[in-house]
Amino acid sequence: MSNISIQLINLFAAFLLMLAFAMLAQRRVINLVHIYAMQGFTVVAATSVVAYVTHQEHLYYSAAMTLVLKVFFIPWILHRLIKRLNVRWDIETLINIPSTMLVGILLVIFAFNLALPVSKLSSSVSPGTLGIALACVLLSFMMMITRSKAIPQVIGFLSMENALVFAATSATYGMPMVVELGIALDVLVGVFILGLFMFQIREQFESLDISHLENLKEE
Amino acid sequence: MTLSQIYSQIFVTLCSLVIAPLLLGWINQCRAWLANRSGPGIFQPYRLLHKLFNKDSVIADSASPLFRFVPYLIFGCMFLASAIIPTLSTDLPLARAADAIALVGLFALARVFLALAAMDIGTAFGTLGARREMLVGFLAEPALLTVFFSSSLIANSTALKTIVHVVSKGEFTIYPSLVFAGMAFVLVFLAENARVPVDNPSTHLELTMIHEALILEYSGRHLALLEWAASLKLFAYSTIGIALFIPWGITDGRNSGQILLALTFLLLKLAILGGILALVETLSAKMRIFRVPEFLATAFLLGVIGMLTHILLGT
Repeated sequence: MSNISIQLINLFAAFLLMLAFAMLAQRRVINLVHIYAMQGFTVVAATSVVAYVTHQEHLYYSAAMTLVLKVFFIPWILHRLIKRLNVRWDIETLINIPSTMLVGILLVIFAFNLALPVSKLSSSVSPGTLGIALACVLLSFMMMITRSKAIPQVIGFLSMENALVFAATSATYGMPMVVELGIALDVLVGVFILGLFMFQIREQFESLDISHLENLKEE
Repeated sequence: MTLSQIYSQIFVTLCSLVIAPLLLGWINQCRAWLANRSGPGIFQPYRLLHKLFNKDSVIADSASPLFRFVPYLIFGCMFLASAIIPTLSTDLPLARAADAIALVGLFALARVFLALAAMDIGTAFGTLGARREMLVGFLAEPALLTVFFSSSLIANSTALKTIVHVVSKGEFTIYPSLVFAGMAFVLVFLAENARVPVDNPSTHLELTMIHEALILEYSGRHLALLEWAASLKLFAYSTIGIALFIPWGITDGRNSGQILLALTFLLLKLAILGGILALVETLSAKMRIFRVPEFLATAFLLGVIGMLTHILLGT
């Protein structure tokens, strides 16, 4: 029975990696929010399975919190933001998605190699997932670097946090409850502040392209 | 090689010849239903083949012998491919003849000759179609190979019958790498069989066609053979997908009665897959041709990630 559970955790880890790549290749802003919600749901499912296998009750609370916050509330805020900023059909002109994804593959190989010795020391139920979580963190990092608009960057930041939570649950059975509550609050406040920040950028430059921020003063 | 093996080989090959046009008809019927039309019925491909076989074949003056020869070669390739794939039983005499890599080679052979024949007449459309077909082909082939490698890593063999055996007969296991390989395979499937996001099979619109441009100069029995070969290719890819990802129900051939049960399973799976394919085609819009490399690069990358996850997770 627990064998199937471990396979399920591995499967969810694979889903997480696939969604990270889907995010990297996605042009439409609105679809990015949907992928973010799916990613949150995958983390919820993986956390529940880990909680079931290890009989750790606080992981159930953590899963419930992730469900409410990252599957419903934050996507809802993002949807509202997109509606009010009127960027629902925005398509970002990305430079060369295939080469971005090739770099992504290299990141995955790097992360796997980095995690291999660490996961050998680990005694958790599914040591292999640490490499995948690390790869997801790096991929989200890269998404924040390659995107030029504000909303995709925020989503990249949020998905990085998702990957970190997944790494914490799968490798060390989760952090203490207080720490998790603190992180959840931080993310929530972060989204609010970044939302306000987006309005400010738009008012200042009449565009959400943050490359305008690189100029120190007007010419 | 026993007599019963030869019988089952003949039975399987005849089945694939008969089912292939039926599958195409079923997909077209589903697409018609989804588009709120009544549809031509699932036997329409048979009627088309019958009509074309009774017509005279007209060949251009500038055609070389290659042009006449190619339809037979392509039909032979697809016929052989559907005989090699373990569609109903893993205990086929021909299944030992080629593994997954040789199968990819067989498809490549058919593609190269189809492109040559299209360029043979010297019309602009043929050359255009050939160039596009080779563009799609050279990107789809490595992706297909990575899909096969992901499955081969699990079974430790590139022979399709061993892969089927390991996945279906062993203890039930969830393989995360097959999730990626499955996604990659769907993308390759759509590109290789000229389905909607890459090519529209039901149009002769000049700007978008790939497959139709290649066979534009053929008529009569040659065209019939090429149409039949195209439906055999669709059938072959569907059964490869079934063999790699949902092989339950394929018999190991010890009991000859089981092959009929396997046939029922196959028809059920094909009916469901055909419906899903029609749904995918109805929901998606055709891509620009310049987006196709991106589409197939995604397939290749998914295949590579599949192999990497297998190595990392070690299941």
